[in-house]
Amino acid sequence: MANKTQYRQIPTSESQIKKRAKMNPLFRSEEITLCQMFIQPEAAYTSVSELGETGAVQFRDLNTEVNAFQRKFVSEVRRCDEMQRKIRYVEAELKKDGVKIRDCQEVPRAPNPREIIDLEAKLEKTENEIMELSQNAINLKTNYLELIELRHVLKKTQGFFYDENVISTEAMRNNMTQEDATGQGANQGRGRLGFIAGTIQRERVPAFERMLWRISRGNVFLRQAEMDETLEDPETGNTLYKTVFVAFFQGEELKNRIKKVCTGFHASLYPCPSANDEREEMLKGVLTRLEDLNMVLNQTQDHRSRVLHNVSKELPRWSIMVKKMKAIYHTMNLFNMDVTKKCLIGECWVPVLDLHKVQKALSDGSAAVGSTIPSFLNVIETNETKPTFNRTNKFTRGFQNLIDAYGVASYQEVNPALYTIITFPFLFGIMFGDLGHGFIMFAFGFWMVSGERKLGAKKSNNEIWNIFFGGRYIILLMGIFSMYTGFTYNDVFSKSMNIFGSKWRINYNESTIMSNPLLQLDPSSNDLMEGEIYPWGLDPIWQLGTNKIIFLNSYKMKLSIIFGVVHMIFGVCMSTVNHNFFRRRVYILLEFLPQIIFLVLLFAYMVFMMFFKWVLYNPKAIPPHSPGCAPSVLIMFINMMLFKKSPPLHGCNEYMFTDQELLQKIFVFIGLLCIPWMLLGKPLYIMCTRKNNNKVHNGHNGDVNQAMEMTPETPEELAPAAHSESHGHEEEPLSEIFIHQAIHTIEYVLSTVSHTASYLRLWALSLAHAQLSEVLWNMVLALGLKSDDPIKGPIMITIMFAAWACFTLAILVMMEGLSAFLHTLRLHWVEFMSKFYEGLGYVFQPFSFKLILDETDE
Amino acid sequence: MGALPFIIFTAIFGVIGIVLPIVAPKGPNRGIVQCVLILTGATCWLFWLCCYMAQMNPLIGPKLHQNTILIMAREWGNQLPVNPEPHH
Repeated sequence: MANKTQYRQIPTSESQIKKRAKMNPLFRSEEITLCQMFIQPEAAYTSVSELGETGAVQFRDLNTEVNAFQRKFVSEVRRCDEMQRKIRYVEAELKKDGVKIRDCQEVPRAPNPREIIDLEAKLEKTENEIMELSQNAINLKTNYLELIELRHVLKKTQGFFYDENVISTEAMRNNMTQEDATGQGANQGRGRLGFIAGTIQRERVPAFERMLWRISRGNVFLRQAEMDETLEDPETGNTLYKTVFVAFFQGEELKNRIKKVCTGFHASLYPCPSANDEREEMLKGVLTRLEDLNMVLNQTQDHRSRVLHNVSKELPRWSIMVKKMKAIYHTMNLFNMDVTKKCLIGECWVPVLDLHKVQKALSDGSAAVGSTIPSFLNVIETNETKPTFNRTNKFTRGFQNLIDAYGVASYQEVNPALYTIITFPFLFGIMFGDLGHGFIMFAFGFWMVSGERKLGAKKSNNEIWNIFFGGRYIILLMGIFSMYTGFTYNDVFSKSMNIFGSKWRINYNESTIMSNPLLQLDPSSNDLMEGEIYPWGLDPIWQLGTNKIIFLNSYKMKLSIIFGVVHMIFGVCMSTVNHNFFRRRVYILLEFLPQIIFLVLLFAYMVFMMFFKWVLYNPKAIPPHSPGCAPSVLIMFINMMLFKKSPPLHGCNEYMFTDQELLQKIFVFIGLLCIPWMLLGKPLYIMCTRKNNNKVHNGHNGDVNQAMEMTPETPEELAPAAHSESHGHEEEPLSEIFIHQAIHTIEYVLSTVSHTASYLRLWALSLAHAQLSEVLWNMVLALGLKSDDPIKGPIMITIMFAAWACFTLAILVMMEGLSAFLHTLRLHWVEFMSKFYEGLGYVFQPFSFKLILDETDE
Repeated sequence: MGALPFIIFTAIFGVIGIVLPIVAPKGPNRGIVQCVLILTGATCWLFWLCCYMAQMNPLIGPKLHQNTILIMAREWGNQLPVNPEPHH
């Protein structure tokens, strides 16, 4: 690996770029190069910011051995974190007050290093202001709460004292003699009966009561009343339920004890004069103070909401700016410092088409800080696997996602997404063929596509909706193709349209019709118009026939096999494009050729026989070409594989054409020959090249690396060496190669059979869909249509139509659509892509602000 | 008669699958548009062809209910033969 850092001129000539841009963007992933960029430290921040706006480079981590906490720009990242924390705090405050945060219209750029300090100061100021406001509000609210409680205490105690007057006069009478003895008057005795008033949380009352009873041995008299107003805890905002209590007691000692219990139970005590007048006086005072406080509270609330509204305008901008800043510093942490500490070195993957954009971004970045030394970009040769980058647009993205869900394409291999755009909706249409259901799907897709800007702007968290919306173009195309196939099947909600005029006629006379409940039309007679064929789609008469399933099965099964075989042959042919592009042309001979011969001679031959049978056997012909003599293509195929014969009926031929038997034997023989060809060709070839390599290429290790470039100038002889190097086959023992190839061959041979059979799902799903739709019509809607009562009829048809429409949407369009979608997906992933697709790549993930902001939004 | 629909439909899908890709507008997505048109033409033509050929020489005829036959005769303007005619 001595020449790993070999520099190459960047291909920036206009014609070269134009030529590359002309290529079909979806055919294979874009050419990517590994680049090294040298940036002046002062220009680094602005350059990376420009690159983030461009979104065209994927940086590689050059400090993998360095701990995340020991990197160069950790303190800056921390600062960003702190700013984000402040933003989150302000956001939470906004949410608490229900202030909406508006999305900003234009996305701001990352702040300059100079602006960062401003931004920080602004955030600091805002946070402090809001925190101070909150603290003040809490203090005021605590005050307010106390006053409210006091008001309640004063009001409620009114009643207590009135009752108490009555009780204590009675008690006084009982104690009269005692008190006389001690020389104190009745009034004095009443005066010694002290009390404490306050409020306590409602759930604590029973325990509080019990505790008072215990400490005083029943000598405390407690009165309580629930507060009907709910209060708010100023700190947490929770609602509080409180009870007013007054505890009457005798003696100073008991008073102290009760006070202790009160603090223990977090009861708040309020001064409460025992005289009625004083209490009323105090209540008045409290009420005026409450009014004042209310005004102050309103004013603070106004001020707070003004401050928050102002912040809410700025906050989204700040949030985006901080996110960008953080992303920039994270990226700069991936860079390496030059030994002389004079420049930062970064390594990145860049699509060749975007190299000029990257260079412009770098020069813009340098210019922004007025740096005199320009940053520069070097292209490096590398042996490493490059990332896969398919430039998609809104139309192709959905299809590319279908492919990527299976596995990301290896670097620059043929991308099946391009073909999926049509084959996917088309195979879906074969299964979902119904003009009515197709139209519903098309209408849904069209609605999403035509309003995509409006619908896309509304960001939704509904996952199901997002899936539908992401696949809107797939749904649109699926709808269109279902309408085409539905028209061809002549199936609209299980009914047919007689557009071109049925080619079948009734030639039975009335008496025959009246005497036979079931009659079959005869294609060999005048029942079928001579030489006329229903020009597009199935003749509508089949929909009415009781034996339509027999006819449809024969037609749809053949259809499935025909499309299956064509699809698979197409897939196998795609592998030549890969073999050719990756300079392993010899594999076209060793792998592609036996595969395609095997498939064509056996399965394409069967397809040919299907068409031949349609042409050859004629209802009006005499044996051996009469309908009765027509052999089953399937039985014929099985006989061909097993070298068996089935005796023909009298007057018929076993074979459709002369020498068919000989031809079939030759086909099977060649087909069988292809198996050892596939099995041994590649391993033997590798064995031979290795021997040669060892002899000839002993001193030429450097060439191997150069050959990896796969530039058109690479000499042909180096290609095999390049291949064996790139796949690491150099180390793989031969026995393993043989085993791999054996597995591969068995898999291919078996798969041709199983995959062909697998395409029969096209028929099965289509049949199920048509039958379900017919059953729904007959069991639901027909019930409504058939009632002829003038009053009940309209009601029935309304109800039945509603039921039919619901079932049609829920079951036939949604559920059947989903099932047909999944089967189509499988046909592409397994049956089609297994013929050529490797899917071992990894996705190109550019450093792009747009992507970062979208991600954090979700 | 049998050849006319074949010519018409082959021509229609030929235009979609061969002529339109040639005249497709220039631009970055020309390749995709071409590929889409060619595949549409090819698949739709083959699908139409299969349906057409399956009905070219039907080996069986539809089996119909009495009522269906009578309604067909009335609605599709198919005069029933008046005289008992030897059938089969």
